[in-house]
Amino acid sequence: MVGLEHYLSVAAALFVIGIFGIFLNRKNVIVILMSIELILLAVNINLVAFSSFSGDLVGQVFTMFVLTVAAAEAAIGLAILVVFFRTRGTIDVEDVNVMKG
Amino acid sequence: MTVADVAFYCFSTVTVAAGLMMTVSRNPVHSVLWLILAFLSSAGLFVLLGAEFVAMLLIIVYVGAVAVLFLFVVMMLDIDFAELKGEMAKYMPLALLVGVVILIQIGLGIGAWVEADGKMGLRAAVAPDAAQVENTRALGLLIYDKYIYLFQASGLILLVAMIGAIVLTLRHRSGLKRQDILQQMYRDPAKAMELVDVKPGQGL
Repeated sequence: MVGLEHYLSVAAALFVIGIFGIFLNRKNVIVILMSIELILLAVNINLVAFSSFSGDLVGQVFTMFVLTVAAAEAAIGLAILVVFFRTRGTIDVEDVNVMKG
Repeated sequence: MTVADVAFYCFSTVTVAAGLMMTVSRNPVHSVLWLILAFLSSAGLFVLLGAEFVAMLLIIVYVGAVAVLFLFVVMMLDIDFAELKGEMAKYMPLALLVGVVILIQIGLGIGAWVEADGKMGLRAAVAPDAAQVENTRALGLLIYDKYIYLFQASGLILLVAMIGAIVLTLRHRSGLKRQDILQQMYRDPAKAMELVDVKPGQGL
C-alpha cells in the first residue's frame, strides 16, 4: 500500500535533484531556471500529498498559487535572460557583472 | 500490489529519472523535453492522489505554457551550449556532495516526522466526499469563497509578470519604417500632393 511517506520520498528526491541541477549547471541560466521549476514541482507534490492524505483541500488551493508564482517567475526570468543575452551575447552566470557586483 | 500501486511506482520512477536526465543532459532542448516528461508523470501522481484539477492545471500551465516558453527561449537564443557544459565534470563532486547531504537531511526529517495529536480537527477546509462532490467543484467552492482575495492577488501577480516581461523585452530598433498613426492623421492632402504641368520633352 502506497502511503504518504512514499510521496514525500519522491518529492524529496525531486527537490534534491533540483538543487543538484543548480550546482551542476552553474554556468547555464536556462537549466538553473528549469531546476527551480523542478524544486517547485517537488513542493507541489508535498502539498498535494498532504492534502490528499489528511483530507484537507487547502493544500491543493495553495498548489495552484505556487503554480501561478512559478509561471510568473519563469516568464520574468526568461525575459531578463533574453535582455541579458541581447546586451552581453552570453548567458554564463559568471559574466553577470553589469552592476559591478 | 494493486493497479494504483504499480501506477505510483511507474510515475514516480519516471518523474525522478526525467528530473535527473534534465540536469545531466548536454543539449538544453533535451533538458526541456525531459522537464516536460517530469511534469507529465507528476501530473499522473496527482491524479493518483485524487487531485484531478491540479493535475490538469499542471499539464496546461507547465507543459502548455512554461515548458514551451523555455523551449522557445532555448531555440531563440544563439548560444554555444557545448562551452557552457564543458565544466560540468568539474562541478560534479560538489553537486553530489550537496545533494547527498540535503537528501540525508530530508530523509532524517521524513523518518522522524510524527502527526499532530488533533490533526483531523486542525483542518482548514475538510475535503468533501469524492463520490458526491468532485474535486474541481470542491476546489472552486473554496477558491471563489474563502480564498477569493488570494485568488485575486495571484491574478495580479500574473498581470505584473506579463507587464514586466513585455516591458523588459520590448525594444524599438532604429532604422525601421514604422507606421506613425498621428502623422497619417495630421497629413494635409493639399501639401502632400503637387500637380505639375510637364512640358513634352522636358523634365522637372
